[in-house]
Amino acid sequence: MLKDMMTRFELYRPTALADAYELIDQFGAGAWLMAGGQDSLDWFKDRAKQPRAVIELSQIEGMTGVRETADGVEIGALTTLAEIEENALVRERYGLLVSAASHVASPQIRNVGTIGGNLCQDTRCWYYRAGLSCYRAGGNICYADSPEGMNREHCLFGASRCVAVSPSDTAPALVALDASMVVSSRKGERVVRAERFFVGPDVDIQRMTALQPGEILTAIRIPSAFSSANFYFEKVAERKTWDFALVSVAAALRIESGTIRDARIVCGGVECRPRRMRDAEDAIRGREQNAETAGAAARRSAGGARPLRYNEYKIPLVENLVTRAVRDA
Amino acid sequence: MAFKLIGENFIPPDLHGKVTGKAKYAEDFRVEGMVFCKMLGSPMPNARVVRIDASEALAMEGVVGILTADDVPEMPSPQQPILTNRPTYVGEPILAIAAVDETTAADALDRIRLELEPLPFVIDPLDSLKPSGPNARDDGNVANMGIPLQELKWGSTDFSELADGRLPMDGQPVLDWTYGDIERGFADAAIVYDETFVTASNAHHSMEPRSTLSYWENGKCFVYGSTQSQTFIMPMLAGYLGIDVADIVYISEYCGGGFGSKGVAYPSMAVPAHMSKKIGRPVMLRITRAEEYFIGSNRGGFQGRIKIGFGKGGKVSAVDLYVVQSCGPNGGFPDFDSAGHAVSLCYQPAAMRYRAVPVLTNTPPGGAQRGPGQNQIAMVMEPLLDRAARDLGVDRLAIRRLNSPKNDSLFGGEQHGVTSAYQDEGLGKGAERFGWADKLRRSGERNGSKVIGIGVGQAYHEAGAAGFDGLVRIAPDGRLHIHTGIGNLGTYSYAATSRVVAEVLQCDWERCVIERGDSRKHLPWNFGQFGSNTSFTMSRSNHAAAVDARNKLLEIAADMLGGSPEDFELGDETVFAKAEPRRNVSFAAAARRAVELGGRYDGHELPEDLNPITRASAVALAGTGLVGVAKDNYPISATPVALAAGFIMIELDLETGVYEILEYNGAIDCGTVIHPLSLANQVKGGAVMGIGLGGLERLVYDPQNGLPANVGLYQSKPPSYLDVPSHMGWDAVGIADPQNPVGVRGMGEPVMGCAASALICAISDALGGHYFNRTPITCEMIVNAASGRPQPHRPLQVFTF
Repeated sequence: MLKDMMTRFELYRPTALADAYELIDQFGAGAWLMAGGQDSLDWFKDRAKQPRAVIELSQIEGMTGVRETADGVEIGALTTLAEIEENALVRERYGLLVSAASHVASPQIRNVGTIGGNLCQDTRCWYYRAGLSCYRAGGNICYADSPEGMNREHCLFGASRCVAVSPSDTAPALVALDASMVVSSRKGERVVRAERFFVGPDVDIQRMTALQPGEILTAIRIPSAFSSANFYFEKVAERKTWDFALVSVAAALRIESGTIRDARIVCGGVECRPRRMRDAEDAIRGREQNAETAGAAARRSAGGARPLRYNEYKIPLVENLVTRAVRDA
Repeated sequence: MAFKLIGENFIPPDLHGKVTGKAKYAEDFRVEGMVFCKMLGSPMPNARVVRIDASEALAMEGVVGILTADDVPEMPSPQQPILTNRPTYVGEPILAIAAVDETTAADALDRIRLELEPLPFVIDPLDSLKPSGPNARDDGNVANMGIPLQELKWGSTDFSELADGRLPMDGQPVLDWTYGDIERGFADAAIVYDETFVTASNAHHSMEPRSTLSYWENGKCFVYGSTQSQTFIMPMLAGYLGIDVADIVYISEYCGGGFGSKGVAYPSMAVPAHMSKKIGRPVMLRITRAEEYFIGSNRGGFQGRIKIGFGKGGKVSAVDLYVVQSCGPNGGFPDFDSAGHAVSLCYQPAAMRYRAVPVLTNTPPGGAQRGPGQNQIAMVMEPLLDRAARDLGVDRLAIRRLNSPKNDSLFGGEQHGVTSAYQDEGLGKGAERFGWADKLRRSGERNGSKVIGIGVGQAYHEAGAAGFDGLVRIAPDGRLHIHTGIGNLGTYSYAATSRVVAEVLQCDWERCVIERGDSRKHLPWNFGQFGSNTSFTMSRSNHAAAVDARNKLLEIAADMLGGSPEDFELGDETVFAKAEPRRNVSFAAAARRAVELGGRYDGHELPEDLNPITRASAVALAGTGLVGVAKDNYPISATPVALAAGFIMIELDLETGVYEILEYNGAIDCGTVIHPLSLANQVKGGAVMGIGLGGLERLVYDPQNGLPANVGLYQSKPPSYLDVPSHMGWDAVGIADPQNPVGVRGMGEPVMGCAASALICAISDALGGHYFNRTPITCEMIVNAASGRPQPHRPLQVFTF
């Protein structure tokens, strides 16, 4: 029951990735990688996670800032959300990400919270956060998906024992932009498309990303395919700041002469990972951007939804947000 | 009566400290040899401690002691224990460990081997009222202030009504009063509604957690605490400590918010003192944000049912109201009692029956929160007035004005009177500033998926008490010292009411000294700073002491200069002859003369009717100047009331359930306005809390496991800066109350309830009059309503998202 009091740990601040790998090897399961700390410190303060060594990544060179590449931009994983909001290049080409980043938490949190941390943060399922031994925590029960579970914040899609949702605001935007994640480890570097980077409980019930032990998300690459496209981002939360999405939508539409040539529509808060609305996308490609098309997309956005007892409201929310995304992008 | 100071803005003396950071709150203090302690809370909602093995913890380097329930005085059931072996809610403190630093203390708690036997628990009060339902405590399931602990089961009640969404009305209550002819009231009604409702419990979110430092020195127990009240908490604290009140030194100069939860002493305040006594070192107990959600108390939630009849013109003809309150395991606060009075007063039904039962639950202890009972029931009543107005074709403002209390109004089962009441005027003034008629024309105005909603809401709270003491002193240097024991909740009313003394004695405010915040400053016995009472209560007792000082000044001047006291007048810190102002005595000279005269002039002889705490303070001051001291014996024949109205315009997005508050105006009837700026801050700050109460805040519990879902600020969702309008208007009726010497009544609480009820009325308005029978009205409830879906909650279900 003890909360708001961290256990002791050793703090390491490596200046090079090689040093970070070494520390990970040294401490094994006792190591914890920390970026801005906005998720990590919560875990530590609740004593639900008690690492022996915290490897704080902010001193590693080359992991911050936005760089132009041959095909778009590369954003260092430790770039703060506030820096992304203000970056001229991102603003010019990827307004969708700017909009998503500006909806994260509060200005104070965005000043220290990083894009990498926002993408890798753990789910906010309150049962899991309370330190209960649920499936995700290695146990054999889901408290939220039980007859009396208080599950209004949980998933509509992709439940597999666990019904938690992805809390990230920037993740749907990056999936919509078809971004890729640069993942580094002692073995080298691999690049994972955003859509595959986020994983559901069917793939790994204890992790929300494809990151394996010893791997570090070092950068995010956004291709030019949807550069300066028509974008739409909206987050529905109870409060206008410092709140997680009940449902969010991020959409990137390529529109030529009023006709939607391509579209990527992604919802947050409805599945353990950002959910591509593929049926909706398919329904609107080649059609005029108008209310009727938007309605067609909406009708195909909540198919297959399996609401829990308290979260059926997410169905009209998804439909309404997809409508607005297609109509107003 | 023309005032120089009353009604003028000023800078309260504690403001600079707050703005510059120099103010010291309880946890800012440090003393030599101080150690820290941390408490271990129960992980179970109802359990028995079977065994505590602290051997490993106590063997740790840096650990200096342990305190368990066996080391502290036992409190009579169902009161909150200081520490317990029989925890009745998650987070209830079982023991405390002291160590040289907090990290060590926390690590030591991890090494305590605690064996608990889980017991059946109850989250929903109605479960406990069922014949075979569980009790939150071994010794009963119903208790509250004035309601003895007892077991109450609704034996023959028809619980099948629950399945149809109705609260059974035939269950045995513990409170039951009636006035007027109910049957006739309903028979005469043009329209009758029968609605079952739920209002949520919610937390206080005091920004300063209730930390305490304590140590013993020369036989006295020093306590640095965080409380709204100063002297009023001391007898209760003495009870927790098991010592005489005279042996406590209590320091609480600043309080970072309490909202009712720090109005009286609370059990955790006693932990450092008991630990300190045991280990012989000063002990600091810093309460964390999470702990605030366990031990910081919360507003009681209501499950209720109301039958209300309206005449064809909109007059309320009859009310039959039943309220079941969730109280936590210790009885909590009688919100249920206040709710019935509020309905009776605010809507003046020709006949009313009120029944209620406060039920113990294994949720955090209930406590007073700003408008306890009145503000919940405002959110029940105001939408029903709107509904009646719509169904009867009456204006929504007009129906409120029609039913509003007047000077001769009576209320409650005993049909109390009011000192004065001008809600009709308040509604009128507020409506004018808001532009009600113009705004109403915008109701339902569409802009894409967004729709305009207009709301007006009202709330009430009692607004004062009488019979407390005032104590002032004019020092031989002529300075006026105003001793105030009310406390400093943060509203600055301790300062505004101190100005009554300066007003009576015609003193330059800049030369007045307010003595407060530390019992060593010899403070009088005053009421607690809660219940919207300070302005009324303290202005009376301060006035009484000031008049005593004035009389003594006049007598001394007559003695020194010749003539009779009636020949003299006060001004510019002198006592002067009315006929010849140049014949005068300075306050300084008069104070010196008072010391020479002794007796009642300098505090050596005191009135018989003073409280012992005031007497001890006056005795300590005796001989140091001219002492004015008196009990407030001014007549009082009725209840002073605070009445507030809120006017709101929102733009609600039907597709997302999200709304923007476009405009808010509050109007208050609190008699004479004594400090406009702090009144404005109260109206606006109350509205911020009301916006949370109406639309955001609720305690959520998993009913299977008895676990709290929202422990923390971001989960509990008090409104953020962006959720409230950046500009809010306010107005006050400003008609003096006849039973207060400066005409003021209190006002702190209804300014919250009127905003909460205005908001939910505006939400309903935007949805074409959709009636929600549950508060807060959250965005998913709005989405469900707008998309024609049923709400997921079971009827009468409590502690839900």
